[in-house]
Amino acid sequence: MTTTVDTPRVVKATPRTRKRSATSPLRPKRSPLLTGVMVLYLIYTLVPLVWLFISATKTQNDLLSSPGLWFGQSFAFFDNIKDTLTYNDGIFLRWLGNTVLYVVVGAGGATLLATAAGYGLAKYKFAGRRAVFAVLLGAVAVPGTALAVPTFLMFSNLGLTNTVWAIIIPSLVSPFGLYLMWVYATDAIAVELLEAARIDGAGEVRIFFTVALRLLAPGIVTTLLFAVVSTWNNYFLPLIMLSKPNLYPLTVGLTQWSNQATGVGARPIYNLVITGSLLTIVPLVVAFLLLQRFWQSGLSAGSVK
Amino acid sequence: MKSYRRIRRLVVAGAALTALAVVAACGGSNSTGSSSGGQAAGSPEAVDAALKAGGTITYWSWTPSAEAQVAAFEKQYPNVTVNYVNAGTGNDHYTKLQNAIKAGSGAPDVAQIEYQALPQFALPGSLVDLNQYGFSQYESAYTPSTWAAVHAGGGLYGLPQDSGPMALFYNKEVFDKYGIAVPKTWDEYVAAARKLHAANPKAYITNDSGDAGFTTSMIWQAGGTPFKTDGKNVTINLQDDGSKKWTGTWNQLVEGGLVSNIPGWTDEWFKALGDGTIATLPTGAWMPGVMEASVKAGAGKWRVTPMPTYDGQPATAENGGSTQSVLKQSANPALAAAFVRWLNHDEGVKPFLASGGFPATTKDLKDPAFVDKPSAYFGGQKVNQVLTDAAGHVVKGWSYLPYELYANSIYGDTVGKSYQSKSDLNTGLQAWQDALVAYGNQQGFQVNG
Repeated sequence: MTTTVDTPRVVKATPRTRKRSATSPLRPKRSPLLTGVMVLYLIYTLVPLVWLFISATKTQNDLLSSPGLWFGQSFAFFDNIKDTLTYNDGIFLRWLGNTVLYVVVGAGGATLLATAAGYGLAKYKFAGRRAVFAVLLGAVAVPGTALAVPTFLMFSNLGLTNTVWAIIIPSLVSPFGLYLMWVYATDAIAVELLEAARIDGAGEVRIFFTVALRLLAPGIVTTLLFAVVSTWNNYFLPLIMLSKPNLYPLTVGLTQWSNQATGVGARPIYNLVITGSLLTIVPLVVAFLLLQRFWQSGLSAGSVK
Repeated sequence: MKSYRRIRRLVVAGAALTALAVVAACGGSNSTGSSSGGQAAGSPEAVDAALKAGGTITYWSWTPSAEAQVAAFEKQYPNVTVNYVNAGTGNDHYTKLQNAIKAGSGAPDVAQIEYQALPQFALPGSLVDLNQYGFSQYESAYTPSTWAAVHAGGGLYGLPQDSGPMALFYNKEVFDKYGIAVPKTWDEYVAAARKLHAANPKAYITNDSGDAGFTTSMIWQAGGTPFKTDGKNVTINLQDDGSKKWTGTWNQLVEGGLVSNIPGWTDEWFKALGDGTIATLPTGAWMPGVMEASVKAGAGKWRVTPMPTYDGQPATAENGGSTQSVLKQSANPALAAAFVRWLNHDEGVKPFLASGGFPATTKDLKDPAFVDKPSAYFGGQKVNQVLTDAAGHVVKGWSYLPYELYANSIYGDTVGKSYQSKSDLNTGLQAWQDALVAYGNQQGFQVNG
């Protein structure tokens, strides 16, 4: 009990000491140059978002007649959202639902598989582990885009193209996630802990779900974030696999809307493309804000060892 | 050191394994790659019989009129169901189509195909030759240039839907403001470009940041025939008289910085068409529909005049335009052919015209209701008089490459560089030609370049 009372006092004391010595290793001297670079980087990162938001408030005509980084004559933000959600019988909502399905089942499944496999490879000694490692590194090196067409031909032979499985099954495989979980599990779970659990009579499955999963949580969140982002942004695979618009994810659907502005019979709907893009990034931003706490602890885990 | 070497060896082994897996995946599909669907035999009677019997077909298209056309067709023939799918626009559509053909299944019965892409699908035998259904009898219904465009290697692979005989669209307000005369020859056009840009450095005679479709159409208008295909033999000469004639004019504009580098079909471009930044567009006859729908700010300002020429004699080329083709994979090619006939020869033309399309059918091109209709957008000008007249002056003898889509995709890396550096377009055209010859030979063609 005494320690918990003591701790805040220590924390409070530190800033006072820092003030005296301005260049403590915990609080290095501020560099105007670095701050300037960071400010530039901040602007560089935020300007596209600002542009996206401002543009989403304009009508199609306003988009073409007002400067990009300031509001136009009209404020059509809510009309745009309404039009985006209702255009073409509400196909946007359908695409949103598809994307959510692909992300939940695909990225969720990929994380589960990567966690189980990474744990197994890190904590069990068996023949062929090295070979798995070699294949894994090779798989990380090959970009998914390069495999899209061969995957399409395989799936076509299986009769799976133009189904949700054509997107979900390839999404379940995440070599990078597996690699991450492998490396993370090696450090995060002490062998002694597993031995203790075994001595206490816990089975391997129970050890995985009750002991390992909790210790791996920061790593799992990191893997999940990567998998969610890559599945949410997946473009080339669905572009090739799917030819039914009602199976499209948002990426392919929005591109189709954008391409409507091209060529003979062009019908540009830039206002809907922009508003749709804004709506598309909202869930990703929310996911990052909610999960970044875990992510940071995941990134720094093991750094003191 | 030792362990480092071991890891490297493992990495190499892993990469090799993965590569093997890729090769295996590729190889596995070859066996089914050339499966042929549908019956080869057909007759004119089979088309009517199929229409009577009914059935279900799938139709891929991205055109604005497709949905209305399918609805009208199904109303007229209730026993036929057409699954209309907008699988993507342009290249996305072709990627999916090409993949489905390669996979041996999944292709639609009927697909929209642009004239420039037709040889690429027709020559390898992916499309049904409609001659077997006696469709050659409809020749007189279409303009000669579009009728030629639906042929490849002696086969007939669709009926023309629209056409894009080129004309010069110009912003009269800008021309009047700076006292510029409407050019009749390309020399006058270059002079107009200089005068305009000198008077207003923000204004340009037109935009061109390098567009393969535009380049080929301009070479076409200049009388060039850079691509010739005879079976497996392809000849590429992007330095023939026509090509050089075009670069002779266009180099003056590009090297002089007289054309805007705003890329076509972007929001910036639509904006520039409305505010006078871009003063003219040499483009296809389908442009009025696009402008009326999407360049509202230009209403009343724009006019249409025949394409400038090199010698003052009327001559133009086609730009854009497409057809509907029946795929070999179709299980019911006769019904698919019936749908194509309805779309582009019968009642299907009406919804197409209503959507602002420019027809390929001579009957509609001569119809006074179409020709003499004044256009409010163009200040009351009877623009179709100019455009239908252009349809009769398309230079003959043009053909596209049997791998035109690939050619267009590498245009930016070759000719596009000349545009970027504002230097001699001939250098870029030569680089394009070299790349196309090399690619064609890899693909099993005998290419002379």
